[in-house]
Amino acid sequence: MNELEPFLEAAIRTATPLLLAAIGESVSERAGVINLGLEGCIIAGAYAAFVSAGPGLGIGFGAAVGAGLAVGVLMVVFALVLRRDQIIVGTALTMLALGATGTLFRARGEAGALVPGTSGVVEIPVLAELPLVGGALFSQPVVTYLSFLLVPAVWWFLYRTHGGLVLRAVGEAPDAAHAAGARVGLWQAGAVLFGSALGGLAGGALVLAQAGAFAEGMSAGRGFLAIAIVALGRWRPVGTAVAALVFGAAMALQFVVQALGWTVRYELALMIPYVLTLLALGAFGKGAAPAMLGRTSRSS
Amino acid sequence: MRAIAAATATALVALVVVWVLSGGASSALAAFWHGSVGTRDAILSGTLVRAVPLTLVGVGLAIAFRAGVFNIGGEGQLLLGAVAATMVGLAWPDGAGVAGVVIAMAAAAAAGAGWAAIAAILRWRFGVLEVISTIMLNFVALNLVSYLVRGPMQEPTGIYPQTEMIAAGARLPRLIGDARLHAGIVLAVAAGVIAWWVVRSTAAGFRLRAAGASADAAAVTGRIDVGRVTFAALVASGALAGLAGGIEVAGVTYALYENLSPGYGFSAIAVAILARLNPLGVLGTALLFAAMETGALGMQRDAGLPSTLAAVMEAIAILIVLAAGTRLGFTWSWRRSAGEEAPV
Repeated sequence: MNELEPFLEAAIRTATPLLLAAIGESVSERAGVINLGLEGCIIAGAYAAFVSAGPGLGIGFGAAVGAGLAVGVLMVVFALVLRRDQIIVGTALTMLALGATGTLFRARGEAGALVPGTSGVVEIPVLAELPLVGGALFSQPVVTYLSFLLVPAVWWFLYRTHGGLVLRAVGEAPDAAHAAGARVGLWQAGAVLFGSALGGLAGGALVLAQAGAFAEGMSAGRGFLAIAIVALGRWRPVGTAVAALVFGAAMALQFVVQALGWTVRYELALMIPYVLTLLALGAFGKGAAPAMLGRTSRSS
Repeated sequence: MRAIAAATATALVALVVVWVLSGGASSALAAFWHGSVGTRDAILSGTLVRAVPLTLVGVGLAIAFRAGVFNIGGEGQLLLGAVAATMVGLAWPDGAGVAGVVIAMAAAAAAGAGWAAIAAILRWRFGVLEVISTIMLNFVALNLVSYLVRGPMQEPTGIYPQTEMIAAGARLPRLIGDARLHAGIVLAVAAGVIAWWVVRSTAAGFRLRAAGASADAAAVTGRIDVGRVTFAALVASGALAGLAGGIEVAGVTYALYENLSPGYGFSAIAVAILARLNPLGVLGTALLFAAMETGALGMQRDAGLPSTLAAVMEAIAILIVLAAGTRLGFTWSWRRSAGEEAPV
């Protein structure tokens, strides 16, 4: 089973952008806002990381977060300030970000360019030597560790702080939260911006910790997969993390298929995550959505 | 009036974006003009040809959105239609008459409807949100076409990732001399007019509008089965997208390729919204966007500007319509109606 260890390692690495985006989106959805612009945040973050990582990886990741936030600000303006339909705004922002990054990428003639260096692996001493799971869990880029630390952090915020309680109340019953003195609009805006920043970071991770280059449309539906992952994880941080890992594994399967030289066609292997999403949503995805998700509330 | 104002604003923004990006060069604007509407060839072989799939998918999406169903899967449904039409066209014997094109169109519409029906069944049997499922089905369809044109349906020499040419009897006739404009435009215009009449003047159209305007209110009347209406709207929009794909194969490419659609399914979302979900309006906005896209291609060819600019303009168009406060006549919500379980 010497394929298993590299597979686990690839699964965790592939899951990182999905987990970052999904954890952020889960907070946004808990506040009642579905951000279909998440795909746009990811591609914007990826492109920003690609063009600005020259001086250092930290700057690249910072730019990725900034680009995600920029898309998030537009989401806040249109969906929360102007109160337009969240789904349509999100779709338009994703189209905008995909088109704009593609245009800039082509106009600047950057095809084939690589980033100066990708985020190196940081081994955790001793633990990285563990058989089978050591490499997968304790020999990863920093951003992967960060994404896993976010899971308990978000859990603690949502369920153990007053702010988390208010945020969940805003998503379940905004009028009641408003009556209790909560600034509904501000909480929602904060949640959307948090999710968008993590979406941008996910794009940065895609370029700086995985691909090492940018390609048009390289987000490849990860933003939408992340939204599905949130539903599969029933809007809970731990459930979301588990679902993200399952999908990371499903995406990593395509590498295994190639490595093992199976006779499965490459194009069919590429379908796996999307088909899996449909099957998993059909089988397990019911219930537990925040009551006001996707609706434009009167309180703000 | 507002729609016309929004369309004009979009066109102006497009021109400004082009002008700025080209560094103030008038050659880019000239290329845009020549590529879109500046010559007889640009109109008859470019813009009008491109308007056909945009119109058909856009009309379908207008129907679905009106019912409050957010179908983002036009691209996948279109591709499945293209696959079905290609299968019919390849199987049709040479010299067996022109009935092949009718069968191919029917197969294309059925395939698109079937692909949308997967999302519809997932929604109404298993509570899966159509926004997510239709997007996932897009990716499955894209990979399916890649697989087919490199695998079981590849042309016999096995060199190019495409199928053989379809039989002459399964092709749509061209309308004006050697221009690429084909009979599909008649179907597109007919679809727009018929859909407009159905939505505006029939009982089914009323149920559609009622379900979209307020699912709860429609349900409590006891006379409108909201689930059934929205299911039908989603499947119908899939059928129109499938037909668009079939028409692309039968009228333009004559074979199945990987990049058969430059994102018609996504552009059509902007087409439908800019038309404020009015099927007659779609005829106009599809033409506008087709001109914008062929103009962008012209700029890429003659002035070296990326054609992805068209996608930027389309997204800006949606945002302009939204910012202008245009009412779209539907409300999307996570819960379709009071009686229905929350989907995901």
